[in-house]
Amino acid sequence: MAKGFFGGIHPDYHKEMASGKPIKVMPLPEQLIVYFSQNLGAPSKPVVKVGDEVKKGQVIAQAGGFVSSSVHSPTSGKIKSIGFYPSPVGTEMEAAVIIPDGEDEWVEGCNKERDISALTPDEIKSIVSDAGIVGMGGATFPTHVKLSPPKDKPIDILILNGAECEPYLSSDHRLMLEKAEEILEGASLLARAINVDNIVVAIEKNKPDAIKKMESLTVGMDGFRVEAMEVVYPQGAEKQLIYSITGRKVPTGGLPMEAGALVQNVGTCFAAFEAARLSRPLLQRVVTVTGNGIKEPGNILARVGTSFRDIVEFCGGMSKDTAKVISGGPMMGVAQYSLDSAVSKGTSGIVLLKDDEVAQYENNPCIRCGRCLTVCPMNLNPSALGIFAERMRYEEAEEYNVMDCIECGSCAYVCPSKRPLVQHFKRAKAEIRKRSKKAG
Amino acid sequence: MEDEMKGKDRKSGDKEGKEVAKEDKISEKPVKKKKVNTIEARFLVSSSPHISDGQTTAGIMQLVIFALLPAALFSIYIFGIYSLRVIVISIFSALVFELLARWVMKRPVSIRDGSAVLTGLLLALNLPPGSPWWLVITGTFFAIVVAKQFFGGLGYNPFNPALIGRVVLLVSFPVQMTRWIAPSKWGVDAVTTATPLGSMGESLKALGHIEMGFGREDILNLLIGNRGGCIGEVSIILLLAGGLFLIAKKVISWHIPASFIGSVWVITGIFYLIDPTHYANPTFHVLTGGLFLGAIFMATDYVTSPITPLGKIVFGMGCGVITVLIRLFGVYPEGVSFAILLMNAATPLIDRYTKQKVFGARTA
Repeated sequence: MAKGFFGGIHPDYHKEMASGKPIKVMPLPEQLIVYFSQNLGAPSKPVVKVGDEVKKGQVIAQAGGFVSSSVHSPTSGKIKSIGFYPSPVGTEMEAAVIIPDGEDEWVEGCNKERDISALTPDEIKSIVSDAGIVGMGGATFPTHVKLSPPKDKPIDILILNGAECEPYLSSDHRLMLEKAEEILEGASLLARAINVDNIVVAIEKNKPDAIKKMESLTVGMDGFRVEAMEVVYPQGAEKQLIYSITGRKVPTGGLPMEAGALVQNVGTCFAAFEAARLSRPLLQRVVTVTGNGIKEPGNILARVGTSFRDIVEFCGGMSKDTAKVISGGPMMGVAQYSLDSAVSKGTSGIVLLKDDEVAQYENNPCIRCGRCLTVCPMNLNPSALGIFAERMRYEEAEEYNVMDCIECGSCAYVCPSKRPLVQHFKRAKAEIRKRSKKAG
Repeated sequence: MEDEMKGKDRKSGDKEGKEVAKEDKISEKPVKKKKVNTIEARFLVSSSPHISDGQTTAGIMQLVIFALLPAALFSIYIFGIYSLRVIVISIFSALVFELLARWVMKRPVSIRDGSAVLTGLLLALNLPPGSPWWLVITGTFFAIVVAKQFFGGLGYNPFNPALIGRVVLLVSFPVQMTRWIAPSKWGVDAVTTATPLGSMGESLKALGHIEMGFGREDILNLLIGNRGGCIGEVSIILLLAGGLFLIAKKVISWHIPASFIGSVWVITGIFYLIDPTHYANPTFHVLTGGLFLGAIFMATDYVTSPITPLGKIVFGMGCGVITVLIRLFGVYPEGVSFAILLMNAATPLIDRYTKQKVFGARTA
């Protein structure tokens, strides 16, 4: 039975705004901004130049190493320009601007049905790798890397992450309702790739329809089991989810495979299914567009490269008092300074918040109330860490395990002094990494 | 221009009026671009998380003040004007000193965080009813200016401000600080009396052993608060109710009050078992003096007490041990204030040695 992890918070979820809306397919926009590097790890290398004609599914950037993944053209058309464009992560990133020719013509070898019953683990891994599949929950870690554990770290459980614990978002929820069979088929492929016959579909209890759907489909399926999870943020964080389901703790600084578990987002499983069964690389994803700032909230199937502006327009536009636009959810997402960013493989949602929904505070000194300690799912001391980071005492921050922070934001959510704790921790982690690089 | 106006609107629409949109500064600078969508120009950009549970420092202070109100009101009921006057002067002078200190130091106004009101109230509750006005003001000066603002204000003070105020007065003006009024309806009688701990000490000194009855009625009187003592310390039931309220609201945790009161009970109990003619009943020790007020409302002060659960227990037990040592072997009949202040000094050390293990800590 699912146990709870330590800490966590219970924010207002506001999921009802979009969760009842079926996935709508976004029509082809006038231009696509496709970032060359869309994964955690080594950046990908562009292989196209301005003026090139590209087909749908054609590789436009190749994986820049093992921990990297390739990027494909989401439609057929012409590369208008290559340059640095605003991206959802907040910095400008190199991207190709593709003007679609409207034909949506596939590159040779793609979009063909394939018999997946006899695929070997190695074949599955190379399909996943070639399709440029990354973790679609938002972390964008290349999936084929997760499917290649070292021999001495056997994995015995595959967890499908359908927790979707971020407030407002419902893209995974909708996908589980509308593409459940495909998700399960993708999951059994991934399980086969790592030779695991124990698959758990983890869904938070606030999605009873998705739980029911998955349960009805997995009845009689060998090895599959659906687990209804407590609704507590961050239930869907990898380490917390593994602990909730297996009772195993991922050792600090380690990967989930050290706890014998592989976690895959349900969207990633769907992408794996499409790649294997239909030979389609990862070209599109479901994006929840929601918040009181958007006129018509919904779940949009958008191509990678669709600009936020086009999506907002497709959803009826934004209201005048929209104060903040977030790529991702309100707990871990990144605030956007314009609508020029485009959907990447990790964009699970676009949340538009109005003035009265956004937390706007002046930050004050820590009063050591300790609320952050009671909610930190990593059992850290965010109060002390915040003070160390603020005073640039990074060595002490490291001693207090700042590197184990998962940046879930629970501490800052409950902080009565409204301290920008996550910002402090991100800074401290970056500084410590920089120093250890210098030293090493 | 239009953006600027909108920025101002946003500020005034904030909850509690406490928080100021620092992003206003961004919208004050006109963005120089060819064509800027006015809605986009005022997008807020800040680090995640983008939502908050809305609790503020001022909100927490309000809850603590609310939890203290029953005990404060009861003191007005039994000590009348002698209690009310001290409370009013204390809170008012604490606010004035907070304002003045911040003004002199050219720091932002801080009275809206509610901490000065709370310190003023707590100091009043730790003074004898009928304390002269100058005594109260001297106390709030040391509490607010010396103990708090000299160290940088809320969050930076190593010692509990209200207790610094009380202890400065106790060692400087022992006569005024030990003149007690007997309880009577609305304080009309104004007869002087002794505190239970004080009279026990006197009898021990005079007779060489304790001579006092401690029956069911005495316990009941102590629980209700029908005795002499500091303004806010007398009614155990109301202090306990306030404490349970704060625990239920998750403002404080049980660790410090339970370990503090529990260790006083256990240690005085051991002495009582050894020699009941010299050492009073542990229940008497627990119900008298400022133990409940101190353990629930003073020792739990966030800034000056440990932050980890284990640290809080260590802190509470340390407070208990020192309190008993002072009560049984010191020159003062009561030791709660000194005990908490001494443990305040140990707080950083306790925090360091009670660091929690990170989730997934490698054992090797």
